[in-house]
This record gives sequence, C-alpha cells and structure tokens, in this order.
Amino acid sequence: MKAKVILKVATKSILKSRLRSLLTALGIIIGVAAVVVMVAIGDGAQLKVEQQIASLGTNLIIITPGASNTGGVRGGAGTFNRFTFDDVDKITTQSTLAKAVSPVVMARAQVIGGIGNWFTMVQGVSPDYLDIREWPLESGEFFTERDVTSRNKVCVLGTDVVKNLFPNEDPIGQTIRIRSVPFKVIGVLTSKGQSSVGTSNDDVILAPSRTVLDRLAGGKFISSIQVSAQSSEKIPATIEELKGIMREAHKLTQGEADDFTIRDQSDITEAATETSRVLTILLASVAGVSLVVGGIGIMNIMLVSVTERTREIGIRLSIGARSSDILIQFLTEAIVLSLTGGIIGVLLSFLITYLLNHYTDQAAYIKPQVIMIAFGFAGAIGIFFGFYPARKAAGLNPIDALRYE
Amino acid sequence: MENIIINTKDLTKTYKVGDIDVPALKHVNLSIKQGEFVAIMGASGSGKSTLMNLLGCLDMPTSGEYFLDGHNTSKMSKNEYADIRNQKIGFVFQGFNLLPRTTALENVELPLMYDRVDKIKDQHKQAIEALKRVGLGDRMHHIPSQLSGGQQQRVAIARALVNEPAMILADEPTGNLDSRTSVEVFNLFQKLNEEGITVVMVTHERDFASFAKRIVEMRDGRVIKDYFIKDRLNAEEELKRIEAEATIEE
Ligand SMILES: Nc1ncnc2c1ncn2[C@@H]1O[C@H](COP(=O)(O)OP(=O)(O)OP(=O)(O)O)[C@@H](O)[C@H]1O
Ligand SMILES: [Mg+2]
Repeated sequence: MKAKVILKVATKSILKSRLRSLLTALGIIIGVAAVVVMVAIGDGAQLKVEQQIASLGTNLIIITPGASNTGGVRGGAGTFNRFTFDDVDKITTQSTLAKAVSPVVMARAQVIGGIGNWFTMVQGVSPDYLDIREWPLESGEFFTERDVTSRNKVCVLGTDVVKNLFPNEDPIGQTIRIRSVPFKVIGVLTSKGQSSVGTSNDDVILAPSRTVLDRLAGGKFISSIQVSAQSSEKIPATIEELKGIMREAHKLTQGEADDFTIRDQSDITEAATETSRVLTILLASVAGVSLVVGGIGIMNIMLVSVTERTREIGIRLSIGARSSDILIQFLTEAIVLSLTGGIIGVLLSFLITYLLNHYTDQAAYIKPQVIMIAFGFAGAIGIFFGFYPARKAAGLNPIDALRYE
Repeated sequence: MENIIINTKDLTKTYKVGDIDVPALKHVNLSIKQGEFVAIMGASGSGKSTLMNLLGCLDMPTSGEYFLDGHNTSKMSKNEYADIRNQKIGFVFQGFNLLPRTTALENVELPLMYDRVDKIKDQHKQAIEALKRVGLGDRMHHIPSQLSGGQQQRVAIARALVNEPAMILADEPTGNLDSRTSVEVFNLFQKLNEEGITVVMVTHERDFASFAKRIVEMRDGRVIKDYFIKDRLNAEEELKRIEAEATIEE
C-alpha cells in the first residue's frame, strides 16, 4: 500500500472512535507534558544558578584564610588565619597575572540616616572591587586609592539600603552614621539581584577597606582577598602564581600545607550545577515513568481494538490485504496516536511553563532538544507498544478472523 | 479448448478440534471452465463452505492440489495467496461482511487499496462504476446500517467486482434475504455471468439453483452429483412474474 493510503486508513479509523482515541492519547499527552515540564523546571533552576554565579563576576578568584580541609591539624594556623594588608600589597606588587586585587573586610553594622535606621553588611574594599565584580555604579562615583590610604569616611550604597533609608530622595551627598561614625555617601550601585544562596546582593554598603578596618572592625580582619584574572584561560596560571606569593608571604616551608584556600568560579559553578543536574534527572525519570505508563495504555487499547476489530481484519484479509498491510496499518495507528499525543503534550507543556514563569517564581525553561527527545520518545513508544498488537492482528488467518464473533 | 479456471485434485480438508479430526472435505476433484455458472448444493454440514473457502484461497487444504487459472496454489506463499484473493477472486459472503460505519463507496474501494500491480488506473471512477453496475449509483455515500439487506449484499457484490476478477465465489449470498430480493441478486449474477465472469455459488434452495447452468451436489465432504441444468430459469423473467403476482394479490 502507498504511504498516503496507509496514513489515510489509519487516521480514518482513529477518527471513527474519537473518544477511545482521545483516552489513549491522553496517557501520552500527560506523559510528554510531564517530562517536558519537569525537565524545563530542572533546566530553569540550573540556568538561574548559572546566572547567579556569573553575577559574581567572571574570572573571579577568591582567597580565603584557612586550609581547604578545615580539620585544624596545624596548631599554628590561627596566627596566619587572618590576612593583612601586607598580603594584599604583596599580591598587588608581585603578581604579573592578576588584573585587579581587592581585600574584603566585613562588618555587620547598624546604619542611621535618611528616614531611619537599617542593619546591613559593610564591606571594606579597594577601588578595584567594582571591576572585579563587574558591578557598575548607578549614580555618583566610587572612592579612590587616596580615600583608602587616608581612611576617608566615604561610602557607596547598594539599592536595598537606598530603598530603606532614602526612599524619596537622592542619597548622594548625604551623611549616614555607621556605628555612630559619620560617612558621606558618594555613589549608588546598580541592582545585582539575588545571590546563589538566596540573599540579596544589594543589601550592602561599600567603603574604603582601611577605613572599615580601623573604624568599624574592632578586632575584625580581612576576611578574603578577591582577584580577577585577565581571562578565563589564565585562571589556572594566576591561581598558581597567587599560591606562590601567599606561601612566601606566610613563610611556609616546603612540605607545610597551605594556610589559605584559593577558589575560582568553576569550583563554585560545578558544585551548584551538579545539584541542579541531579534534580533534573530525578524529575525527568519520575515523568518518564508516566510516559511509559501512557505507552502501556496505548498497547492495552490497541489489543482491545484488535479483538474488537477482528472481523474488520478478516474482511481486509479476504479481499487481498497481506499480513504486512495489516501490521503496518495497526502500527501506523499506534504511531499516529502517540505522535499526535506527543504534539498536544508539547503544546500543553508550553502552556504550563508559561503559567509557571508568569504566575509563580519557579523558573522553567524549555530547551529545544528536550522537545525533540520527548517527541522521539513518544514515537518510539508508539512503535514499541503498538508492535505486539499489530503483529497479533497480522498473524490472523482470514477465515478465522471472519468467523470471529 | 475452453479455459479451465478451477481444477482440484483430491482436495481434502480435515479440521482438528482438540484431539478429534473432523473430515470436512474428502478427495474432491472438480473442474470448472471459464464462463460457467455453478451452484453447489448439499445438506448442512456437507462441506460446501469448506470447499468455497479453499477455492477462494481463504484457507489451505490439508492435502490435495488446487490449480487456479493454471497456477498450483499449494506451492504459493501467504503473500501470493493474498494477491490471488485480490486479483483473481471476488468473494461474496452470506453475512455481507461490509466494514461498519464506512460508506458503500469506501467499502467498494477497499480491494483497490491492496492492488499492488495498479491494475485499475482510476480507482475512484472504477468503484463508482461498480456500484452503478449493481444499481446503487444513488446510495454511494450511505453506510451499511442505512441500507437494506439486499442493498448491502449488492454493495458486497460491487466490492467483489471492482478488481475485475476472473471469478466470483458466493457462499449462500441470499441466505439472509427474502425471496424477491434473492431473485434480484440472482438476476445480477446472471447478468455478470453473461458478461463473461465465472460464478460459483452455494445455495440451499433448489429453486434458486436453477438460475445456474450447472449443479454440483455434495454429501459428507464428497461430490455425489455433478450435472448441467436443462431447463434453466431466467431471473429477469422470474422477477417480472413475481411483480405480476404481487399486483394481482392487491
Ligand atoms: N472451523 C471448523 N472447525 C471444525 N470443524 C469445522 C469447522 N468448519 C466446519 N467444520 C465442520 O466441517 C463440516 C463441513 O462444514 P461446512 O461449513 O463446510 O458445511 P456447509 O456445507 O457449508 O454447511 P451449511 O450449509 O450449514 O453452511 C461440518 O461437519 C462442520 O462441523
Ligand atoms: Mg456453509
């Protein structure tokens, strides 16, 4: 039989029992929609994590005190556990690969100014910091190297702080009090959104590192040194160089373990994407089970239909259909059903992800290849589960099929 | 010499029901020439349907040989069997065997779908012609449940005709019809036969058998009598007579 005729016969008999066909396809529709939506949720989560990590700034290298295996094996570690400006200066002067270097001094503090007070994180950094984090200013200006060395009391506000202290006026030029110390606001940062751990990146005040250390840190220290490499390819070499400089600065002898940890973005990315990938696989396999159940539904209906249509098969055989014609007809019916179910399922998944993205904060993202895979899978299920009933139909003897009551 | 279209040699069919053998056909030797009109008669269970199914290539014999149009069918594959059914034979059943919820025209087009050699060029036209030939040109788009028994059987005959087969095999084609409608169907068969188509049919009623040219009588799976009819009935005249009687009764 010609392909066109086969398709015509298959669609005709599908349309002849609409309700049954719809119920059969429903299994596939739900299965495909479930797989696509689940994978879309997983992919959406992964994309979000990747974006958040990218918001740290590309080519970022972070040096933190303490060995990476935080067992506290070395008794003397505590003394070197804090970085000093010496460390920062040594990196700045000796490193040939680092593009920008900034210490980060952290202090949580009560801030008074504008319309009230606000408890936030004050970070003491160098003028390079914005460059390292790829974080542009919204307005005003950033402090300079001179502000750092002369310990000037100037600061730049994150948008969350602006919202809470200066909702109705321009904060630039105003004075705020951080732990009773007056600071002049000279700039406002752009909004960076959520961090990878879910807190806001914008709830922050940046001030010159030495000012923060002297005025606010009361026993505080440099909690990390952030460096940006010239390019992502140069990250490993830069890390190697930083390691040498740090070991020398801390006078570590050969065989002594590092008393600091250097990480780059790929370490952070890897850990985060790994979790979301596991999530995706888990969701997809749950949904995959429902797709297989849908396939078994098709097989069930096709088997019933073979029995129900035994006479039809007998008639077709008696007027000259070959077994292979019957096989192809039933197989085509199964495939047309499952592919139609697949198309409707994919459309349904578009609708669901649209609703998810617009009415919940669950990000869902459909990759084109996921559609192709789900679609291919639906077709394969049609062939796989349609084959047995089709072969059963094709194996009938014409006279037995005709006599069937 | 006339063309022999059906030729059987010791055709035997034994059904197996569990462990019991049911001999339905025993060493039947039958020869039918092109253009004949044969009626097969016999008591119920004598093996008529069994013989027709074998002649129609719907079933395989247990032993013996069947030559159809000179070809030995016992050496054929399943697919060749299917193609023979499609190309050479038009089978008409007692129970019509039309596809339900499918129009008369689509039912008639069905054999053309499986025509592998593209014997018929304009399939749609051919199907319409076949329906017109059986007098159903105005019922093409009716489905079987919208047709009378006689009309359904005529659709089935159109379906048997559409592939221009060498012969039409009919197993009690009028078994489900009243006598007037039956005569109409025989009228159709006689006309087709006059056009050159070989007709072999099974009937229970001797009256109807007289529409044929030759009678083969069976008993217990064997042919016991085989003879030509001397005073053959003409279905057309018979129809006129029935109509005349009906008017008198009114
Ligand atoms: N599928 C079958 N399985 C077993 N036995 C069968 C089968 N078909 C027919 N028979 C037996 O074969 C014998 C011949 O049956 P067949 O149907 O050929 O008779 P028939 O002459 O057509 O009868 P009727 O006039 O009632 O149609 C019967 O004894 C019947 O019981
Ligand atoms: Mg019979």
